[in-house]
Amino acid sequence: MSGHSSWPEWVYIGVVVALLCYVGAEAWNVERIVEHVPADAEIIKVIGQQWLWTFEHEDGTKEIGELHVEKGKAYKFEITSKDVIHSFNIHDYVVLLDAVPGRVNTVWFSPTEAGEYDIQCREYCGLIHYNMRATLIVEDKGA
Amino acid sequence: MVLELHKPRPIWQIMFSTHHTDVGLLYLITSLAFMFMGGALALVLRLELFAPGTQVIADSMTYNRIFTVHGTTLIFLFILPSASAFGNYLVPIMVRYKDMAYPKLNAIAFWMIPPAGALIWLGFADFTWYAYPTYSVISAPGPAADMWIFGLKILGVSSILGSINFIVTIMKCKHPDLPLSKMPLLAWAYLTSSLITVVAVPTFAAALLMLLTDRLGASGFFNPVMGGDPIAYQHLFWFTFHPEVYILVIPAIGFMYEIFPRFSRKPIFSHGSGVTAFVLLALVGFASWAHHMYATGMSFTEKTVFMVGTLAAVPASAMHTFNFLATMWGGRIKFATPIMWAVGGIALFFSAGAGGVVNSAMPLDFITHDSYWVVGHFHLFVMGTILFGTVGFVYYMFPYVTGRMYNEMWGKVHFILSFVGTVMVFFTQHILGLFGMPRRIYDYPPIPEWVQMNIIISIGAFIIGISMAIFLGNLIYSSAKGKPADMNDPFGLGGKYYYPYQAKNPHH
Repeated sequence: MSGHSSWPEWVYIGVVVALLCYVGAEAWNVERIVEHVPADAEIIKVIGQQWLWTFEHEDGTKEIGELHVEKGKAYKFEITSKDVIHSFNIHDYVVLLDAVPGRVNTVWFSPTEAGEYDIQCREYCGLIHYNMRATLIVEDKGA
Repeated sequence: MVLELHKPRPIWQIMFSTHHTDVGLLYLITSLAFMFMGGALALVLRLELFAPGTQVIADSMTYNRIFTVHGTTLIFLFILPSASAFGNYLVPIMVRYKDMAYPKLNAIAFWMIPPAGALIWLGFADFTWYAYPTYSVISAPGPAADMWIFGLKILGVSSILGSINFIVTIMKCKHPDLPLSKMPLLAWAYLTSSLITVVAVPTFAAALLMLLTDRLGASGFFNPVMGGDPIAYQHLFWFTFHPEVYILVIPAIGFMYEIFPRFSRKPIFSHGSGVTAFVLLALVGFASWAHHMYATGMSFTEKTVFMVGTLAAVPASAMHTFNFLATMWGGRIKFATPIMWAVGGIALFFSAGAGGVVNSAMPLDFITHDSYWVVGHFHLFVMGTILFGTVGFVYYMFPYVTGRMYNEMWGKVHFILSFVGTVMVFFTQHILGLFGMPRRIYDYPPIPEWVQMNIIISIGAFIIGISMAIFLGNLIYSSAKGKPADMNDPFGLGGKYYYPYQAKNPHH
């Protein structure tokens, strides 16, 4: 071994480890808060199939290709698939969860602004995967 | 280390040889051929994505087949065989043995690759390089999918055989005067990556068989209609293929451990740190596989475990980066083509690693997962780090393999264009991912930001394409008509002193 000193490497490793600990702790904390579903969240069933999205509200209304929700309310999605794995994604609200056949995955969100947003499939699911889209319509009932 | 190409021999003597340098040459030529083929597919994809709407590919199924074969080719038919190529050349020399431990097995492992490549290219499957059920079980069209499964099966056996050969050569055939602790870091790279292969790959081999019987309807491991679970496949798959990332990257880091001390005219900063980092990576690499699966509906606890496992792999990679920079520090560096590629490689390795920390942080992963961010992220590894290290090493080995020098000016032009192109393509893809564009889509709506960024990415890709055409020209021309190399010191670094595998190195 050559006679150089190794302390810069230890300092460097220490800094890297400290940064990673910070990232890990912060991520853990944020995810814990984000995953906490409000008790009054309305349930919307989301069903993915090649190549369209079906939504079923608590009152039994069904929508295909469009999802109407109200601004300010909390919604809990129960996501599943009829055939292959899809991934339910509303990018503007960081909603992303796989639709897996035989399983029900849940994620919640609360729209904060009225308007139209894209819903898309983010897991490869075949021929029309690129166009497996829907529209989220957030309505402002209070206005 | 004179490697015979400059003594003309009939081609069948090389093809039917079991000598390690001949097998290495076969590996090298095959892998480079597949690199150009897989890269050409990427250019077709970029042409299609240049603008919204149909450009050059008539239908989405063709597009899906192209990106599947692009990924499969570059991972399994370029990166893995190119690592084996240089391992064949150098591992026996570095451990001071006459050949690989099992020369015939070595040739067999190589000759499994062309038929596997043929199966993949003639089938042209569409279910992406990871073939997730239930799509791959109930929906992917055959016989392409089945040919892909058989092709991958053969490649898995080939890489297990190759790895056993490396492990035995290093552990059993190493010269008794050479302790493991003094073995060059490139040989350590092959030892660790081969050990990872032997532990990780059989899992995927099993999963492939289960996938095949599921496709035949004989079983229902991954099909919920028959009581199976598609997520089980993802666990089996990533248990192999997250460690596989390290199988791919460790040899490239080993190449850089050869290049940096040579061209910095200094011994490596810390041999011990390099060995520690390799071993650490090999162990910790098995603790992070399910970070690819946060979005499958994993529990908070599972996600936390795999996030910690992923972050734990970062310090080992950071140790390599430090070692490279500290080796260059204060050295009399000669910026020939190989070290330029290696320096570019660490810059991109660092960027890829920093982006990887973002992916592993649970809440952020739900922004980046399956978007173009991920495409940019892993391409910074496979192209920015692994291809850069490998191409740098191709230039480094060129005089030893052919007895001739490559064209230095065109080598540098190749590097500059590739570096600019890589940054344009993959950094932009990160941002495009943040804007929400999913990966693996044939067409996209004309959202202005998406269109602009796709244009930038496609232009970057064409720049890489031009640089690779220059590379091909340089390889062909220089190996036939290049200037004969000074075999004692082809790069003019000042003598044998800097080549550790030569017996008279004072550092050993």
